[in-house]
Amino acid sequence: MTVTLRVRFVRWFHQLASPPYVYRLAGQLAPWFAVTAGLLLLTGTYGGLVLAPADYLQGDGFRIIYVHVPSAYLSMLAYIIMATSAVVGFIWRIKMAHGLAVSAAPLGASFTLLALVTGGIWGKPMWGTYWQWADARLMSELLLLFLFAGYMVLRASFDDREKADRVSAILAAVGVINIPIIHYSVEWWSTLHQGPTIAKLDQPSITMDMLSPLLVMILGFTIFFAWLLCKRLQGEILNREGHARWVEKLLEEITR
Amino acid sequence: MTPRRQRMILIGLMAVGVTISAALALRAFQENLLFFFSPTQVAAGEAPNERVFRLGGMVVKDSIEREPGSLTLSFVVTDYAHSMPVHYTGVLPDLFGEDQGVVARGKLDDQGGFVAEEILAKHDENYMPPEVADALARAEEAASQ
Repeated sequence: MTVTLRVRFVRWFHQLASPPYVYRLAGQLAPWFAVTAGLLLLTGTYGGLVLAPADYLQGDGFRIIYVHVPSAYLSMLAYIIMATSAVVGFIWRIKMAHGLAVSAAPLGASFTLLALVTGGIWGKPMWGTYWQWADARLMSELLLLFLFAGYMVLRASFDDREKADRVSAILAAVGVINIPIIHYSVEWWSTLHQGPTIAKLDQPSITMDMLSPLLVMILGFTIFFAWLLCKRLQGEILNREGHARWVEKLLEEITR
Repeated sequence: MTPRRQRMILIGLMAVGVTISAALALRAFQENLLFFFSPTQVAAGEAPNERVFRLGGMVVKDSIEREPGSLTLSFVVTDYAHSMPVHYTGVLPDLFGEDQGVVARGKLDDQGGFVAEEILAKHDENYMPPEVADALARAEEAASQ
């Protein structure tokens, strides 16, 4: 029993390296992710904008947290996914892993930009400034944006896709060091940015009625990201496998 | 050694190298990475004397003194070990207030005070509705009596 399970798992793992299998899997998962993300984001938005009470100090201004925190969290998660799959692709020479890294990069860059912009919009009325160059949290998050951009620009500078895969994987791997720096920046150094409210071992420093919509939004953003990742991965596979027999067959099926 | 094993070792060595160099670089620039100095650090002479730097801490309760008819005010910043008076003329951010975090950018004057040219409010990590904040304040008051 356990032997057959293991065999099946190993077979499934090997299938993950096969473009037609991954293409079909992503296509099957995508609609589920889309519906779940839509429901969660609607619920979370209603909870955050209507049900949650105003903050004692910031009033309604605090509600930007429901976009800022999920996008900041997603920016780091996207980087970890990008770097991990790029390294897996580098070591085991798996094209689909590089494809996943390529698909995650612009999504991660978008979430990073969203986190920076929403932070600035909140910062102006609350702190009294949009941006402070000397703040370690702000700088390390900006560096994350440059790492995503650097990964994409570096890839674009190669004509040979396999060479781009190998070289950009190194950059992605080196940049991982920035992730713990972002997270601990507010603890290691004095910063204008506040310390962690929920991402700590202690109890969250936020009341339940304000926290629950935030958790729904974080989950909603994550599944929204998974949906976009599936769609982008499908596009990336078609890009890479454009001349393969199975793609031609697929096109015939669609156009028929 | 297989090429795959070689690539694994390459990535592993690179991770170790990057971590060590990042740790060394961050230690070397430790002071430059601080956004502000605390009153204790200033008292210990760690802050620059003639140059502009940032002072951060909490605004002491009942310490805010406004000059009537102008935007000039002074208040005391503390880290609960040392305190320092701050003088400022200008617009304040919404979150500025007693018992709130503040970061002032400016220079030391010769009377042991700090003349700020910019004031930023530092928000803490606590989020709660007004009722909870009131209840907490009442509980604190009851405990101190």
